[in-house]
Formats: sequence, C-alpha cells, structure tokens
Amino acid sequence: MIELENVSCGFGGTPLFSGLSLSLTPGSFHFLTGPSGAGKTTLLRLCYADLRADQGQVRLFDQDASSLGRDGVAMIRRRIGVVHQNCAFLDHLTIAENIALPLTVADRAAEAAGNLPELLAWVGLTAQAGQFPPELSGGERQRAALARAVIMSPDVIIADEPTGNVDWEMSQRLLTLLVELNRMGKAVLIATHDLTMIRTMKAELSARVLRLKDGELVQAGAEL
Amino acid sequence: MKAVLDLIVGDPQADRAVPHTGITARLTVFATGVMAFLAVLVLALSMTAGRVADRWADELAQAATLRLPADADAATIEKALEILRTTPGVAAAKALTEAEQQALLDPWLGPNLALDALPIPQLIEVIADDPPYDPEGLQARFAAELPDAVLDDHARWRAPLLKAANRLRLVTWLVTLLIGAALAAMVVLAAQASLAANVQVIHVLRLVGARDIYIARAFVRRFTLRAAFGAALGALAGVIVVQLVPVGDAPGSFLAEIGFQGAGWLWPLVIPLIAAIVAFAATRAAALARLKEQT
Ligand SMILES: Nc1ncnc2c1ncn2[C@@H]1O[C@H](COP(=O)(O)OP(=O)(O)OP(=O)(O)O)[C@@H](O)[C@H]1O
Ligand SMILES: [Mg+2]
Repeated sequence: MIELENVSCGFGGTPLFSGLSLSLTPGSFHFLTGPSGAGKTTLLRLCYADLRADQGQVRLFDQDASSLGRDGVAMIRRRIGVVHQNCAFLDHLTIAENIALPLTVADRAAEAAGNLPELLAWVGLTAQAGQFPPELSGGERQRAALARAVIMSPDVIIADEPTGNVDWEMSQRLLTLLVELNRMGKAVLIATHDLTMIRTMKAELSARVLRLKDGELVQAGAEL
Repeated sequence: MKAVLDLIVGDPQADRAVPHTGITARLTVFATGVMAFLAVLVLALSMTAGRVADRWADELAQAATLRLPADADAATIEKALEILRTTPGVAAAKALTEAEQQALLDPWLGPNLALDALPIPQLIEVIADDPPYDPEGLQARFAAELPDAVLDDHARWRAPLLKAANRLRLVTWLVTLLIGAALAAMVVLAAQASLAANVQVIHVLRLVGARDIYIARAFVRRFTLRAAFGAALGALAGVIVVQLVPVGDAPGSFLAEIGFQGAGWLWPLVIPLIAAIVAFAATRAAALARLKEQT
C-alpha cells in the first residue's frame, strides 16, 4: 500500500537519508526507531505525502506520490490515519470535534455520531470530550490524536511517538488498539524511542523493527 | 446553484473549521454596510433625477410660448392666434390675461408689482397636439407674417435638460458599479487576510484530508453571510436616511421627490443579494487561488 523505493530526502542540500526502501503491506506491523534527529518524522511525512522525496519513488496506494494533485493528496490522506508528533489539533474546536474532523472534512460528519462515544471511551477521554486541546495534558492529547487517526477506519495507521507522554498502562492500552486494528488487516507503522514497548510487543506480534541511523534504514535484530 | 444552497442551509460545521477572527468579521460587515448605504443613496438620487427629468421634459414638450412685443395691440394678438389656430398640430392657443402673467412673475418679482408700469411682453400659450406641429415651419411662418413674434418652443431648453439628466443617470450607475467593485476588492482583501491568518488551521485541515474546495467553502460561507448581513443593515440605513430627507415645501421641487417609487423599491431589497453574490464570487476565487499557492 505504501512503498518507498531508493528514496532520499533532506533539508537544505544534505540528505537525511538516501537509497532508502520500505514497503507497508496490509497486515504488516513496523516499529521505527533511531536517535532523535535521525529523520523518523521526515520518513513518516513522506508516507502521507506531507513531503516530497528528493529522489526515488514513493508509491501510495499504487499512485506515484509526486504526480498527485492537492485533491489527490487529500484522498490519500483519508486512507491513512496519522498520529502526528505534535498532535496538530485545531485549538478552537473541542476534543470531540477534533477527533471527528477527518469525517467532517470528508463531508461524512453524520457518521461520527456512531463511532465517537465508543472511541472516546476507549481512549479514556469521555469526560474531556467538550474541552479544548490546550486544556488537555500531553498524554490526553496523544490519546485524542490516536482516536482521530483511527476514526476513518483507515487502511494504514502511522503514529509518530504515540506513547511519548502517557504512562505505561495507558501506552499498553493504546498499543492493544493498534494491535487489534493490525489484526483486522491494517498496516501499522509506529515511530518510537520506547524500546521497552517494542520488546513487549515484539514478543506478541510478528512486528518488524527498523532502525534509522546515519541515513540508513536497517532491520534491528537481537540487540533489542 | 447547489453551491449557493449549500452555503445558506449548509453544514455550519464547515464554517466552524476556521476560527472566527473578530476584527475581520466586524470590518467586513461595517465596510459592506457602508457601501450598501452609499449605493442606496446613489440609486435614490439616480431614480429621482430620472423621474424629475422625465416629467420636466414631458411638460416642456407639451407647451410652447409665443412672445409678442409689449406694445402689441389687440389686432396683432388676434392675428397671432389666427395663425396658430390654422397650424396643424396645435391643439390650443390662448393669450395669457394680465392676471395670469402677473401670477407667472410673482415668484420672481413679488406680488405687489404694477404690471402695466413695465413693458411686459404679451405671452400666448401654445399647446401641442399629438402629433405636434413642426416648430421650424411655424417659426418660418411667423417670420414672414408677424416678424415681431418670437416662438419659444422649449426644445432648446429640453434637449440639454434631457442630456444632463441622462448623464447624471449614467454617472450614478457608474458610481454604483464602482461601489460593487470596491466591495469585491475589499472582500478579497479581507478573505486574503483571513486565509493568511489561518495558515496553521489550513495545514491541519489538509493533514486530515480536507480538499481545497472544503477549506474554501468555510471562508466563502462566512464572507458571503457577512456581506449579506452588512449590506442589509447598510441598505436599511440608506432607506431610512432617504425617507428622512427634509421634504421641501414647494411641491415639485427636486428634494420633495427624493426616494424610491414603485418598482424602484426593489433596489434596496436587491442590494444585499447582489453584495452576497459579489462576496461569494470574490471570496471563492481568492480562496481557491490562494490555496493553490499554499501547499
Ligand atoms: N521542516 C524542516 N526544515 C528544516 N529542517 C528540518 C525540518 N524538519 C526536520 N528537519 C531536520 O531534519 C532532521 C530530522 O528531523 P526529524 O523530525 O525527522 O527527526 P526525528 O527522527 O523524528 O527526531 P525525534 O526523534 O526527535 O522526533 C533534524 O535535524 C531536523 O532539524
Ligand atoms: Mg520525530
């Protein structure tokens, strides 16, 4: 569904990585780790057409990302649920409205009525539904971001540090959801520093762990 | 058409996606209000001018005056009347009595004038028939038979009057058009400012899969409704002011008639609609163009 082939990308001349390839297929589960500043967020942004590759090819749902118009990008993004590292909420809308936003902008707001309460309960934000993003804690915002990422029931879920600010118990709960969605055939890609989480999950899943370091993407193995 | 319907009844959520910016909103309402107000005044002026000019022209077209020297005797007057009566296209001809002449002069010279002390020309009122007489032919006939008589057929008053009235109408329409253009420009500027202030919001909307048209709709809906609202207020204020213009005591004076009549009343009602259409088109074009630039 998402394929990167020999991709290089960087800011201001020097590429962060080059010759990088990655393929997300239905039902696949990937962790992406690496030191801060290695380019994890950059790599994820390539996957939802928020950045263009300098070289190489990015294929999103069998379409060449570089040839997508703005509407084409919008359509692709409706099939990819993203938890952004900085959450990217609209501060003037309530948490419930923010979570429903992907449906709203797709003119499918009516569908939110069914899913939303369940989703809010599941990320533990029922009580906060009417609050505004700046009033929430970092962890609460991340949970809301995850709820927004899955509300469209996307084919691919991409999460950038989704558990950075939540406690162990909550991060287990969030991951369990991602695992469930993965079992339903969705491709999941999570960027995280949290090696403990990776170790726990790896045992349960046939998850692949990729490590981005010094411009190279390598499969991490036994050292985890 | 569907876009317009969507806009009016449409999903208020589309509007909510973009935060309200208090100052742009109020300025847009204010500026459209002022423009609608001016448009109402200008249109009222235009219609009044048109009406007054039409009537003057009508009155002048019907009546002409034959002027005889002050010392004209009864035989000369009778001869003039005879010529007029035998001219095809003259419905009636009547020598004004002393009292009538006095009444005509009253407004200019006051009522206590001793008319016979002054060499006042004798006037004969000539009412044209339909079809009217040929003024040049009549002029020629008087030149031959009664060289002292001067036919004042008012055409030379009428032509410049009509011309002036038509100019005035043209100018007021031009002013109205300019007001519309200024409204469009103002709405474009306000929409641009609003789009620029909401770069971050637009980015987030795009991240969750919003298409340009969706984002544009939020802005278009808002500016259209604001323009319509502002223009309605402005038009209302304009109508009130037009109605309040002090009515001159002289009937038939220009000021006594200022305002709308009959179908003219449609204009103040149509102005908010036109403002809304202008705002809709202007914001839509501005928003889509801007969204194209901003990735
Ligand atoms: N928009 C940008 N303009 C310029 N440089 C950028 C931009 N975004 C990222 N970078 C640079 O690219 C590098 C990689 O950034 P990126 O956010 O991908 O790292 P990361 O692996 O996600 O780090 P972290 O683990 O801290 O989130 C950093 O050095 C960053 O400064
Ligand atoms: Mg990052």
